[in-house]
Amino acid sequence: MKFIETLMKGEEGVFKPDTLTRMQKMTLRFVVIGLFYYAFAVIEGMIMRIYEIQPIPGLETKQFFAIMTAHPLVGIFGSTYSIVFGAFLFLVPFLMGKPLWSIKLGNWTCWLIAGGTMIFWLSGFITHYAPLYTLYWPLPADFTQFSVIGGTFFITGIALVMLGTVFFVINIFKTITFTPDGWEKQPKASLLKSALGITAVANLFRSKKKEQLVSLPVAAIAQGTVDVAFNAAIILFTGVLILVYMVSALFGVDLKSTAVDALLYKNWFWWGLDLVADGLVLIFVAGTWYLLATLITGKKLYMEKVARIALLVELVVSWTVWSHHLLSDQAQPGYLKVVSGELVTAFELITQGLAFFITLTTLWSARPLKMTNPLKFLLGGLLGFALAVPAGIMQADIGLNRILHNTQWVIGPHVHVAVLVGLAMTLYSAIYFLLPILTNGAKIYSQKLANFHFWAQLLGGVGMGAFMGMAGLQGMLRRSLYVNGEFNLYMILAAVCGTFLLLGFLTFFYNIVMTVGLNGVIGIFKPSKLKTEELLQK
Amino acid sequence: MVDSSVVLHGQTLAYTLYSLAILSLMGWFGYKITRQGKEHKAKDGLFYAFVTMLVILGVSLHIVTYNTIPWAEMDLNRANIKADKVFEISVEKHQFHLPSEKLVVKCNDKVLFNVTSKDLTYGFGLFRQDNSMLFQMQVVPGHKNDILWQFDKPGVYTIRSTEYSGPEGYNMVIKDAVVVKCGE
Repeated sequence: MKFIETLMKGEEGVFKPDTLTRMQKMTLRFVVIGLFYYAFAVIEGMIMRIYEIQPIPGLETKQFFAIMTAHPLVGIFGSTYSIVFGAFLFLVPFLMGKPLWSIKLGNWTCWLIAGGTMIFWLSGFITHYAPLYTLYWPLPADFTQFSVIGGTFFITGIALVMLGTVFFVINIFKTITFTPDGWEKQPKASLLKSALGITAVANLFRSKKKEQLVSLPVAAIAQGTVDVAFNAAIILFTGVLILVYMVSALFGVDLKSTAVDALLYKNWFWWGLDLVADGLVLIFVAGTWYLLATLITGKKLYMEKVARIALLVELVVSWTVWSHHLLSDQAQPGYLKVVSGELVTAFELITQGLAFFITLTTLWSARPLKMTNPLKFLLGGLLGFALAVPAGIMQADIGLNRILHNTQWVIGPHVHVAVLVGLAMTLYSAIYFLLPILTNGAKIYSQKLANFHFWAQLLGGVGMGAFMGMAGLQGMLRRSLYVNGEFNLYMILAAVCGTFLLLGFLTFFYNIVMTVGLNGVIGIFKPSKLKTEELLQK
Repeated sequence: MVDSSVVLHGQTLAYTLYSLAILSLMGWFGYKITRQGKEHKAKDGLFYAFVTMLVILGVSLHIVTYNTIPWAEMDLNRANIKADKVFEISVEKHQFHLPSEKLVVKCNDKVLFNVTSKDLTYGFGLFRQDNSMLFQMQVVPGHKNDILWQFDKPGVYTIRSTEYSGPEGYNMVIKDAVVVKCGE
């Protein structure tokens, strides 16, 4: 009976959704939706892991590639964007001590991302629209291979996600700069300069330093949000371009696909797409590390001034590194390969290395620390990027790229270790830290399960990346299939590690459900009875 | 020219050693952080030494590879190098069209593979008998896609598309299409 009671009401019945403010509910909705889509991504990942060993009877190759197309998009937009946007829409006002500019707009972001993700996932699942996330021209408009209607819905789903993203961008910058009712007029320009790192750079040349009006984590969120905005603009523009071709095809008009230069398009699209991988993710992650390190230790961040400047450098670097994705494109100008692809890209080793060092040093200054869930997951996140960033720098080299490009090395030790160990464990750290704040003190159901979650995520993520990397070094391509078992040893070992990841997530999910109870999960989605715009109940 | 497998072995060794070092460091840090220690601020000198090390590492990687990986310089200067042999290859509808059934190469010849796509973006890669990769490049429609390579030992290589071009793309494989002969 106790199990049923806990399942329904949560651990010791502490969590009471009726006591949540509108802001708490909005944030928790983002988290629940993000975890829902994380489950999608993990299950899709496992299906692909199995398929890479042996094609699954009844699952067509077209379906496999449709899953491969949806998988990263569900993981990035449906899951990561949901969790990150929800957390930041809460944290920016929380850290600035003011209300969110618009809770309504925040809820619109949540539902647009949730709905848009479901639409593009369903269209891929049903119609097998599979041009991959890279959308290399003219593949997304190749209607000899893909359904026009499926593609139209797919692109529309992505466009809805981007619309929600634009709402997030507006909400973040408005929250930083607006003057709440009854407040003294806020200095918009100075707030913006501080948030964008301009004050930090200007202070380098001033004898009398100007005070920073926003904290470092808020500056990180603002600067990452700049890349979010650029990325949304590029993806929306590209989506409109593809939709024009699709709508024309629906009306029986075949626009000649060669009207678009494939290499120019590739540069354009990678410029925008790379703002996620090499821009906002790194900036947001660095900001989250700084925030968590200071919250965990209660100490001031080590080398804060340098950290502020490093964030701005990272932002500028993120606009200039896209060419490392085109090192194997022989028509790409050599100077772009060397300058953008190699030299500027190497700056990411420096900026991310600084964030790593600063975070560890801040933690070290507060010894002894209790190995709490936020701390252990934070260390896992740091390790993930310490492994993944150098792996990426190695492939961003003209010589090495010739034998690494599009192999499992790229997607294993670099991408999956960055996402599943670096990013996911940083997000889990934030979730474990924010859980009691957002739930008014809900008590975690089982620490043993939280420990298992940690080890399963860490070993599963590092192990899977390592075995994929070994296969890549032996010549196994990504975005392909080997039906004769050429790389089965590595793929079986990667699948075993993938199983750890799946078990880790299921354990976490169960632990959270038992913490807040099913009634609690449902309650999160009901309107708040508290009409206040305050973040937390006073 | 040094075989690309040698470069791969070097890279594997370097990254493995680095991974073991960083795993050990984080394990040690995780242990020590929970233990009593003197509270002190890290010296600024240590921080700036670390930054300097990162800068040196980031820049030197490319200088080292440019000077040790033989195809890197040749690739960037291929427009000024006369090829001993040129193979014109086209790709359309997920099919490679080769100038002959087997592409026969003499040892130490500089060979230019000029690959043209008539529809989609593909990849062009040569793979050894054990499926490991010799080299690859992207094949973008409407653009010149050429790669210069020098083979220094006998071998038989398979051509495979190294870029996704739709669900049929993974079948773009021509077994044993390139034959390198030495000493004849």
